[in-house]
Amino acid sequence: MALRALVGVKRVVDYAVRVRVKPDKTGVVTDGVKHSMNPFDEIAVEEAVRLKEKKIVSEIVAVSCGPTQSQETLRTALAMGVDKAVHVEVTGPEYNNLQPIHVAKILAKLATEQKADLVIVGKQAIDDDCNQTAQMTAAFLDWPQAVFASKIEKEGDGLTVTREIDGGLETIKVKLPAVISADLRLNEPRYATLPNIMKAKKKPLEKKTPKDLGVDVSPRIEVVSVEDPPTREAGAKVEDVDQLIEKLKKLGRI
Amino acid sequence: MPLTVMRTLTCVPRVLKSLGVTRSGTVPLLSNPRNKFLRPIYAVRGLSTSVHPPVTLLTEDEEAMKDLVSKIAKELIAPLSPQMDREAKLDKSVLETLFQNGLMGIEIPEEYGGTGATFGATIVVVEELAKVDPGVSILVDIQNTLSNNLIIELGTEEQKRKYLPMLAANTIGSFCLSESESGSDAFSLRTRADRDGDSFIINGTKTWISFSDLAGIYLVMANAEPSKGYKGITCFIVDRDLPGVSIGKKEDKLGIRSSSTCQVNFDNVKIPASNLLGEFGQGYKYAITKLNGGRIGVAAQMLGLAQGCFDATLPYLLQRKQFGKRIFDFQGIQHQVSHVATKIECARTLVYNACRLKESNLPFVKQASMAKYFAAEVATETTSKCMEWMGGVGFTKDYPIERYYRDCKIGSIYEGTSNIQLNTIAKYLEKEYENFN
Repeated sequence: MALRALVGVKRVVDYAVRVRVKPDKTGVVTDGVKHSMNPFDEIAVEEAVRLKEKKIVSEIVAVSCGPTQSQETLRTALAMGVDKAVHVEVTGPEYNNLQPIHVAKILAKLATEQKADLVIVGKQAIDDDCNQTAQMTAAFLDWPQAVFASKIEKEGDGLTVTREIDGGLETIKVKLPAVISADLRLNEPRYATLPNIMKAKKKPLEKKTPKDLGVDVSPRIEVVSVEDPPTREAGAKVEDVDQLIEKLKKLGRI
Repeated sequence: MPLTVMRTLTCVPRVLKSLGVTRSGTVPLLSNPRNKFLRPIYAVRGLSTSVHPPVTLLTEDEEAMKDLVSKIAKELIAPLSPQMDREAKLDKSVLETLFQNGLMGIEIPEEYGGTGATFGATIVVVEELAKVDPGVSILVDIQNTLSNNLIIELGTEEQKRKYLPMLAANTIGSFCLSESESGSDAFSLRTRADRDGDSFIINGTKTWISFSDLAGIYLVMANAEPSKGYKGITCFIVDRDLPGVSIGKKEDKLGIRSSSTCQVNFDNVKIPASNLLGEFGQGYKYAITKLNGGRIGVAAQMLGLAQGCFDATLPYLLQRKQFGKRIFDFQGIQHQVSHVATKIECARTLVYNACRLKESNLPFVKQASMAKYFAAEVATETTSKCMEWMGGVGFTKDYPIERYYRDCKIGSIYEGTSNIQLNTIAKYLEKEYENFN
């Protein structure tokens, strides 16, 4: 039986943009800054599309939580091969303080609503680096989780997932339904082609609000201050290894 | 024709709505009979008190395509550009990328295996590619604005079924007009097509033919009735593998070296009469009318080139310090940078206005010539200035500035030299002012 997959795609500041902290230290500058799909989510989409090409998955639904512009991210997912999209509109202060716990609740609700057998998300977003959404979603659904996946294979009624762990690989079996998070080496995402960009327009994009799903997204935290990392201080050159060791000792580093 | 003609873009209704303008005044005025697959183009009337959408505003499709092509250009083409420039050879993987991602059949309708997008999409794609590699950009420009469009507009159903899917999927179409004795004076061409029953026999040599060494088909302008002078010029589709077709010397060029330019010889090449494209004796007309879209394409290439060069220069000016401050902090530099940025913006406005005029089926020939002439000038000025601002490093091959500097020169030469563009503009001015007073 072919599975139904739900994929989370987050709109983030493009990886090539040099991120700057706002003068009032409430966050980073996002106005007029190029945004694109979180690279780990691109890997998640690609994997879902490959599973569909292998006939393991029958339909892929992509979801993005955020302002209207999140629809651009969903269109990219549709152009990559996703079948339909759900935009959960979150704006203003709620969007600024949207946390993995909120997104996980939304994903869990949608997974149930869309009768998904498989939820795939990127292991983390490159903006907040939280790495929590997959785990929390699995907890809310009470489904098994396979995070940091670098290989996914169908085996019997479940999946065999290779995970990247410290110092090596771990292979686990999970029963379905399950939640998976994609690691960097799971695949190399394809480029959406021009014809597929045209076709993506004809695919359905549904709009919802957290309220429709019965999820409370009111902020749970308050951002006190966002600071630049300290600027790197100039280094010094040493003549030889002995001098290097001596200096490091002096600085108390060894 | 209404004075106020506005084209609605997908995002425009939203813009208009936010301005308190409803769509009730929207009437489909300019249906495009050429291609029902095009996004519907509307002219909005009765909005004289309202605000026009900016001419450079892109449709949602164009935005998405711009993002995609920018990504492809940066990730898959840019790393190969220095090598392609050095070796004067297009990397095979680049050609595969262009075909696989639908960049070679942008306006070819979906039913023939193309992308089914608009001329505006072609212009956006050409500009984005030129920001990174103007040589690759011209391949996409010629394929889409000349080869594909001639067949889309003039081809019989049979010709379209045969050639369009090839052009969209894996075949370069090469446009053969120039000859050694016939450059700007295009209609003095000597290549002949002699009728032989149900066939034509083509004889002649075409020069300066872009990508002719890689092409699978040639669109050849040949005189099929020399007694009628230029009114005998006819367009033919010639397959590469026919006996008598051979590729001559490859030019060793100053710039756009990732693109190839070769001679093509047609030596008693026998083609079926069914490969005549359009009408007999109308070739000259096609050459002067259909090439105009190509001029907007070259203008977009020059615009992209200027922008790409500018983008590659500014970060250096903001970082490099002399006399204790950044190069950018000197007012003398700021004024020059602002001047060039303004010129680029002017070129952008001209290019996109010409493009939107063409898409709306309004007269655009004068504007196309102006766009090409001006964009080529801007590219020349921009690359020259960028090199000066960069100083010594801009003069070296460690930075791409010197390549842009060499690449830009072709813009005032091919698809109508700058002087020919000025002739065209003057011709229109003469007509406009003849009955003035």
